[in-house]
Amino acid sequence: MAKLEEIPKETLLEIYKRMHKIRTYEETLAEWYYKEKSPRFDISAGPIPGELHLSSGQESAAVGVCMHLKPEDALIGTHRAHHFAIAKGVDLKKMTAEIFGKATGLSGGKGGHMHLFDAKYNFSCSGIVGASFPQAVGVGIAAKLKGEDYVAVAVGGDGAANQGTFHEALNLAAIWKLPVIFVIEDNSWAISVPKEKSTAVSKNSERAAAYGIPGVSVDGMDVIAVYEVAKEAIERARRGEGPSLIEIKVYRLRGHFEGDPQHYRPKEDLELAKQKDPLLNFEKMLLEKGIVTEEELNKIKEENIKEVQEAIDFAVNSPYPEPEEALKGVFAGGE
Amino acid sequence: MPRKLPMYKAISEAIAQEMERDENVFVMGEDIGAYGGIFGATSGLLEKFGPERVKDTPISESAFIGAALGAASKGMRPIVELMFVDFFGVAMDQIYNHIAKAHYMSGGQVKMPVVIMTAMGGGYSDAAQHSQCLYGLFAHVPGLKIVIPSNSYDAKGLMISAIRDDNPVMYFFHKGLMGLGWMPSPPEAAVEVPEEPYTVPIGEAKIVREGDDVTIVAVAKMVYEALWAAEELEKEGISAEVIDLRTLVPLDRKAILDSVKKTGRLVVVDEDYRSYGMSGEVIATVVENGVSLEVPPVRIAYPDVPVPYSRVLERYVLPDKEKIINAVKTII
Ligand SMILES: Cc1ncc(C[n+]2csc(CCOP(=O)(O)OP(=O)(O)O)c2C)c(N)n1
Repeated sequence: MAKLEEIPKETLLEIYKRMHKIRTYEETLAEWYYKEKSPRFDISAGPIPGELHLSSGQESAAVGVCMHLKPEDALIGTHRAHHFAIAKGVDLKKMTAEIFGKATGLSGGKGGHMHLFDAKYNFSCSGIVGASFPQAVGVGIAAKLKGEDYVAVAVGGDGAANQGTFHEALNLAAIWKLPVIFVIEDNSWAISVPKEKSTAVSKNSERAAAYGIPGVSVDGMDVIAVYEVAKEAIERARRGEGPSLIEIKVYRLRGHFEGDPQHYRPKEDLELAKQKDPLLNFEKMLLEKGIVTEEELNKIKEENIKEVQEAIDFAVNSPYPEPEEALKGVFAGGE
Repeated sequence: MPRKLPMYKAISEAIAQEMERDENVFVMGEDIGAYGGIFGATSGLLEKFGPERVKDTPISESAFIGAALGAASKGMRPIVELMFVDFFGVAMDQIYNHIAKAHYMSGGQVKMPVVIMTAMGGGYSDAAQHSQCLYGLFAHVPGLKIVIPSNSYDAKGLMISAIRDDNPVMYFFHKGLMGLGWMPSPPEAAVEVPEEPYTVPIGEAKIVREGDDVTIVAVAKMVYEALWAAEELEKEGISAEVIDLRTLVPLDRKAILDSVKKTGRLVVVDEDYRSYGMSGEVIATVVENGVSLEVPPVRIAYPDVPVPYSRVLERYVLPDKEKIINAVKTII
């Protein structure tokens, strides 16, 4: 495995930039989410209604993987998808406007937080757990039939690995040797159900063996480790050697969704999550090894804060869609 | 002794009392244990009955809903929660090809006392995969009973009836009626509920407001929109009768026919999609039975579009009091 020192500095800075941007974005969005939702929490009130699943603590998974992806590669995410969207390059302004339900959003306000679609960057996600896996298989089929070299990444949580779709898709991708990377983002929880009570094996990466494909488990506390593992899997897929499974161990810093009382979660678990912060860990590593200076990081931070603020301003100042839009667009090729 | 309960507490109380009465009753589903169900329908059950009878499951709906069939075939009376009805797709084969048909296909040898309870409804911007009603889709399948309470009294009584029924019952609760702290609910939905167990018969509609000029048929949250509309209409001298169907299968066709015979006008309010659904079934019932209407019937339903996310878009398509008032005025 490559050492930190062997990776070009601009790559390291880019990794840091994306991780920090995601964190800044998620924490800022959370502030906006609670506007007009206090003193009494009302899920339908405020500028961002509906559910909100944030990804703070899981940035390393998205960035470590997406650093190797090109716009034409597909990434299919889950209900918790902002980090992957940002890491994949989705337009932050349009994404934010979508989350605020505005006409200028990615889908004109029809999709919303759990249903972000950006065809330009081949990004999509959905609110149905386990839906991503077979869909990525289809992208892999297309790549093979068209003789093109893009790959598909399907993301799911540790909970999603218990859906039938996961197992069916792994088998299909394996028998057809498709350029698909299955990513299990293991934060130990499926809402309130801990992984050890829902999953018969301790590591989802072991399930790859059942389908004859490589399965690797990697510590998401270390974004460089994720970066390296993803690099290998994605290069392998590009070389036509077939699918692989990557399990990334991360920690959920917030509730399952915003407003989650988390009464099921032991305090120690939340404490552990805070200690396992991949962003702080990476920052510390970069500084300790003298690879970057505080000033360099501060500059990145300022840029990110500015970019996130611009995205929020864009969303807030955008108009809502015309109500009649609701009736349009059910079918392609007309109303 | 009756006390006012929110719907979620009425449901969990019904389940608890049936679990005490009958050791064959048990519950399975995602987050139904320590969390108490995302919408609170199983709150307190884990503490009372332990993890053997209150089983948190992996996100494997096909497996645990299919497992309900196996358990029922051995004399158990499983209750399974499908967290949002929108997720039915991942488990539908077990529901419609197996649980619904086992009794019939086995020539009556097998009974399926399974309750599938599930959350439905929108109005809070949860978008196209978390806001649907879809009861019409299940009501279309022979072999499934469909109940949809609109208040806590019916919620408890229908749950007890569902558990005691030897057939599969799909129990739909509207998120916006549960009385959860974080989701607004009409205060009218939390009514007095007796402490002791009781049943509300499956298949009986209820006239929730009497009137002479028009019949408004609804279920779940739309019952309140209809009642609020009726109140306003009364101020203008229009007397509306409101029927809460409470059960879609079997459907209380007599209640609909009797009312329409009296009023001669029909409006159906449906938060489910418009085409091929509950609204069409109610109107067909009237037409097939030759009841003559003064004017053609009207349906106010979710237009045939996926549920949009943005609040302005969702409000535009969601049936509500104003739309009902306008519709009634066009036919009177
Ligand atoms: C098919 C389906 N079943 C259940 C749900 C409800 N649900 C949404 S997220 C979630 C937990 C997901 O856990 P995991 O896959 O580990 O992802 P995480 O939320 O931890 O990122 C559940 C049960 C759903 N959206 N889709």
